[in-house]
Amino acid sequence: MSTEVVIQPAKKVKAPKEPLLSARNKKLLKDPINDGNPITVQVLGICSALAVTVQMKPSIVMALSVMAVCAFSNFTISLIRNAIPNRIRIIVQLVVVAALVILVDQVLKAFVYDVSKQLSVFVGLIITNCIIMGRLEAFAMGNKPAPALLDGIGNGVGYGLILVIVSAVRELFGSGKLMGFQVVPDAFYKMGYANNGLAILPPMALIVVGIIIWIQRSRNTKLIEPK
Amino acid sequence: MNKNSNKYTFIFASVMVVIVAVLLSLAAIGLGPYQAQNVKAEKMQDILSSIGVISDAGQAEKLFNQHIKEQLVLNSKGQPVTNGITAFDVDLKKELDKVRTGKADEQLFPLFVFNKDAKLYYVIPVRGKGLWGPIWGYVALEGDRNTVYGASFGHKGETPGLGAEIDTEGFEKQFAGKKILDESGNFVSVKVIKGGASPEDAHGVDAISGGTITSNGVSEMLKRTLASYVPYFKTVDGKEAQAKL
Repeated sequence: MSTEVVIQPAKKVKAPKEPLLSARNKKLLKDPINDGNPITVQVLGICSALAVTVQMKPSIVMALSVMAVCAFSNFTISLIRNAIPNRIRIIVQLVVVAALVILVDQVLKAFVYDVSKQLSVFVGLIITNCIIMGRLEAFAMGNKPAPALLDGIGNGVGYGLILVIVSAVRELFGSGKLMGFQVVPDAFYKMGYANNGLAILPPMALIVVGIIIWIQRSRNTKLIEPK
Repeated sequence: MNKNSNKYTFIFASVMVVIVAVLLSLAAIGLGPYQAQNVKAEKMQDILSSIGVISDAGQAEKLFNQHIKEQLVLNSKGQPVTNGITAFDVDLKKELDKVRTGKADEQLFPLFVFNKDAKLYYVIPVRGKGLWGPIWGYVALEGDRNTVYGASFGHKGETPGLGAEIDTEGFEKQFAGKKILDESGNFVSVKVIKGGASPEDAHGVDAISGGTITSNGVSEMLKRTLASYVPYFKTVDGKEAQAKL
C-alpha cells in the first residue's frame, strides 16, 4: 500500500464558499426527519407506505430505493435547472425520475431478485411518489446541486424512517418476526398468544402512521396548527 | 439563446431523450446476464421443489445438475424429439400460443426426469389460466408414471387469500399420492373439487373456498397438460414390460 501523500496546490479562493455541512445544510438533512417529515407532516407517499410495510426487508429496500431516486433526481435537476425550458419542466423532471426508477428496478432485479419480486409494481410506482416530484418543484428547481442532494437524502431518510418503523411494528405483531427472524418465542404461542392478523393487512399501516403522528405532535408542539 | 423559444425546447427535449435512452440501454445490457441468471435459478428452484428438494438461489444450479437424469422434449404425438432444444429452454407460453394460432401439431412438451435417492421422478411443467392471469406449476410423478409425488404452483396475480392460496404448502401438499390414471389405466387427471374431495378419492383434491375460477383453472391445466404426456408414458410402460420378460 502506498503511503504517499499527494500535496495538492492550494486552490484559488474565489468567494467565501459555504461548507457542505453548514448549519443551513444540516437543517436540510434534519428537517425532513422530524419537522418536515414527508409522511407524517406533509402526508405524502402514503400509498407505498401502506403497500410495502408488511415485512421489514422489502421496506428497507424500498426506503433505500426512494432515497437514491430522491437524492439523484434532486441533484440532476438542480444541475440542469438553469437550462430547463420552463414550459416543459414537469416533463423533464418526470423523465429524470423515470430513468432513475428504471435503473433502480434493473439493479434490484439483478442483485436482490426475491425482494424485487415482493416489491413488484411498487418500485415502478416510485415515479408517481409525490415526495420526489414535490422536492424537485419546491427545492431542486431553485437551489444549487449540493444542497439539493442533501435535501433529497434528507427526505429519503425521513420517508424511509417511517417505513422502517411501520414495517417493524407490523412484522412483529403480524408474524412475530423481525427481518424474517423469529423473535416471539415459541413459549408465547404455547401459552395462547396469536399473531395479529390485522397487522399484515393495509389498514394497520394507516393506524401505525396515525399513532406515529400522534406521538410526534405531542412531543413537537410546533406542528400543531393554531386554532 | 432564448430559453422559451420553441426551437430551444425541442432541442432540449431531443437531447435529453437521447441521453436517457443511451443510459438505460447500457444499464439493460450490462445487467441483463445477472437478471437472466436469477430467472434461471428461480425456475430450477421451482422444479426442484416439486420433487421435494429445497434449495436457495445459489445452490439451485448445482442441485439441479446433481439430480437431473434426462431432459426430454416430446412432440404432440408423445414422441421424444431431438432438435437441439433442451426441456429447460422450452418456453411454455410460446408453446401454448401455438394452439391458439392453429399450430397445435408443432407444440413441444418438456419433460424432466430426475433421479433422487435412486428413484426416478418425472417432472411435468404445467401452465394455464387463473382468474386474473396466468398460473403455472410443476407436477412430479413417481417412477410408476401414475402417482403424483409432489406439485408446486405459482401465479401472476390471483386474489390474495383466495385464488392466490394455490401456491401455499397446504394446497400443494394435497396432491401427493393422488393418481392420474384409473385402475384400468385410463387417463383421468387430478381434479380440484369444489366443496371438498372425499379422502378415498384418488383423483381429487379440495378446492380453495372463494377461489373457484382459479381452482377450475388448476383442474383444466392439469388435465390438458398431463394428457399430452400419457402416450409417451404408455410407450415407456411397454418398454419396461418388455425388458422384464
